[in-house]
Amino acid sequence: MTHVDPGLWTTIADTVAAVFLLAGAFLTLGAGVGLLRFPSLLARMHTVTKPQVLGLILLLTALALRVRSWSAVGMLVLVVAFQLVTSPVAAHMVGRAGFRTGKVDPDDLRPNEFGEPD
Amino acid sequence: MMLAAVMAAAVLVAVAALLALVRVERGPSMLDRAVALDTLTVTLVCAIAIEAIWSRRTETIPILVALSMVGFVGSVTMARFAGKEPEDEGRVRTPEEVAAQARAADVPRGEQRDGVRAIDAEDDAESAGGAQR
Repeated sequence: MTHVDPGLWTTIADTVAAVFLLAGAFLTLGAGVGLLRFPSLLARMHTVTKPQVLGLILLLTALALRVRSWSAVGMLVLVVAFQLVTSPVAAHMVGRAGFRTGKVDPDDLRPNEFGEPD
Repeated sequence: MMLAAVMAAAVLVAVAALLALVRVERGPSMLDRAVALDTLTVTLVCAIAIEAIWSRRTETIPILVALSMVGFVGSVTMARFAGKEPEDEGRVRTPEEVAAQARAADVPRGEQRDGVRAIDAEDDAESAGGAQR
């Protein structure tokens, strides 16, 4: 095996980190744009759960590639796991509260498993 | 190269935070604001992560853990206590409307305050008399 300059791996990791950083920031921007432009509560909730979490995961992956220390990676995994666990719960709570307080158009739901709103 | 990527990412995240802030202002309902504040918290996490990427530091990472928990608790709490809102209530009022409402509410309160002041004056007179006696 030929000798590889250790600085090369640093360069590669930094380059990949830069790509992930840009992708994550772009997805976060997508979440912001969708939040502003989507017409209804459920559509806005969609931007807060999906692109935002993926953007955060990409950004934290970039951070992990950049700092390259296992203790930091452990905490970043914790952040990602927490986002993945909590964002469906938060979205469910918000969606249910929106439905019960009449902020969701029942025609958007098909099938409508909640029945008619009170 | 890293500088350019970090600058571009910072600008994108800042714009996302600004858009979320506009949604917080517009509403129209409390739940929309809860959702937008959740996004705002996550953009804050992204901003701190970008700073850590730039300076290669690890000591700000616990802040990310704490912030990601705060955003969740905030939106769940707001969803738990969301009630039916009247059609027009979720809007931020203009200064003119606030002033008009304050004027309308001020008249009876002013009378009441005068009444209270009159009773206070009587009390003062009584207590003053009691002190003299």
